[in-house]
Amino acid sequence: MAAILDFVIAFLIVLGGAFALIGSWGLARLPALMSRLHGPTKATTLGVGGCLIASMLYFPSHGMSWSAHELLITLFLFITAPISANMIAKACIHGRHVYGDAVAKYEVPLPRPPHPDAEWATFGSTEAAKPE
Amino acid sequence: MIDVALTIALTCIALAVVLNLYRLLRGPTAPDRILALDTMVINAIALIILFGIREGTTVYFEAALLLAMVGFVGTVAYAKFLLRGDIVE
Amino acid sequence: MRRLFPHPGLTLLLVVMWMLVLNELSVGGFLLGLFFGTLVPLFTAPFWPERPPVRYGWPLIAYGLLVIGDIIVANFQVARLILFCRNRDLRSCWLSIPLDLQSAEAFTVLAGTISLTPGTVSADISTDGRHLLVHALDTSDPEAEVARIKARYERRLMEIFR
Repeated sequence: MAAILDFVIAFLIVLGGAFALIGSWGLARLPALMSRLHGPTKATTLGVGGCLIASMLYFPSHGMSWSAHELLITLFLFITAPISANMIAKACIHGRHVYGDAVAKYEVPLPRPPHPDAEWATFGSTEAAKPE
Repeated sequence: MIDVALTIALTCIALAVVLNLYRLLRGPTAPDRILALDTMVINAIALIILFGIREGTTVYFEAALLLAMVGFVGTVAYAKFLLRGDIVE
Repeated sequence: MRRLFPHPGLTLLLVVMWMLVLNELSVGGFLLGLFFGTLVPLFTAPFWPERPPVRYGWPLIAYGLLVIGDIIVANFQVARLILFCRNRDLRSCWLSIPLDLQSAEAFTVLAGTISLTPGTVSADISTDGRHLLVHALDTSDPEAEVARIKARYERRLMEIFR
């Protein structure tokens, strides 16, 4: 039983490390900023998640006390990852005209919102973004 | 078995931090660098946790928790600064 | 009751978080958590006047499980794209998703879900609050992707937020 648990823990640790590496590899090699966002927000988060689940299993199974902080870190990372990705995406679409040629090569042009009076909230007034 | 797994994972994450460092130095734009820093913080959290498992102690988790919070606030503040030229409006 | 606890969900979340930070089950910790859980929603209520129209129950739990499953699948898909797909073969594009949801809380949950699941990151919302701007890493058919997101996540959220 203990051997199976050890195997699961080792598998999760290696999986976590591999995903962290893949996410960072994506960050280094993908061509455009918006594509690069995909690697860290998903792969790296699951990488850390794997390490945290492994440690949640490891400490009780090796006779040490269970720590709730792992669970807290996992929750916190999964809640904050979309928010920081969203903020960086906003900074990116806001900066399209500022950075110009450095990003234009691989970026797909931004679509207009289908409604004629509407604009994306980064460019327009945020007051109007509230639903009725 | 867990020792071998830990060595592999620590090597992977060290390589990941090097890749993030490459993106941080290379840019080319400011949001790229913010993203690289954000990823680096997440990798540092993973590094701390794996080190905690290796040492067999849970005291490092508090450092990881603090890093998770400070890293998130830092990322949002940087992005907000780029967006508005100001952090607190 | 309603005036003392303007956001019961937030109160519960704060108590659970406080207990997790303390890392022990004790009456004193629970009471202090309850104290903060009452005080924080009371003082922040002016920023968040209406109670979000969320229904706590089975659909919410089922949605959470669905999203966790999708996150794991998403990670393998994105890992495959990063490792084995050449840059010029990536068909990145922007999607503009028309929204049927009504409340700001529902938009937030949908945007967070989209960011965590297969090959999509939500970037922005239109000023009239009727369209969500989403970036997809690799799609062969943008229309089908929009339909999939609407059918898989938005329809379920419509049942939770009403």
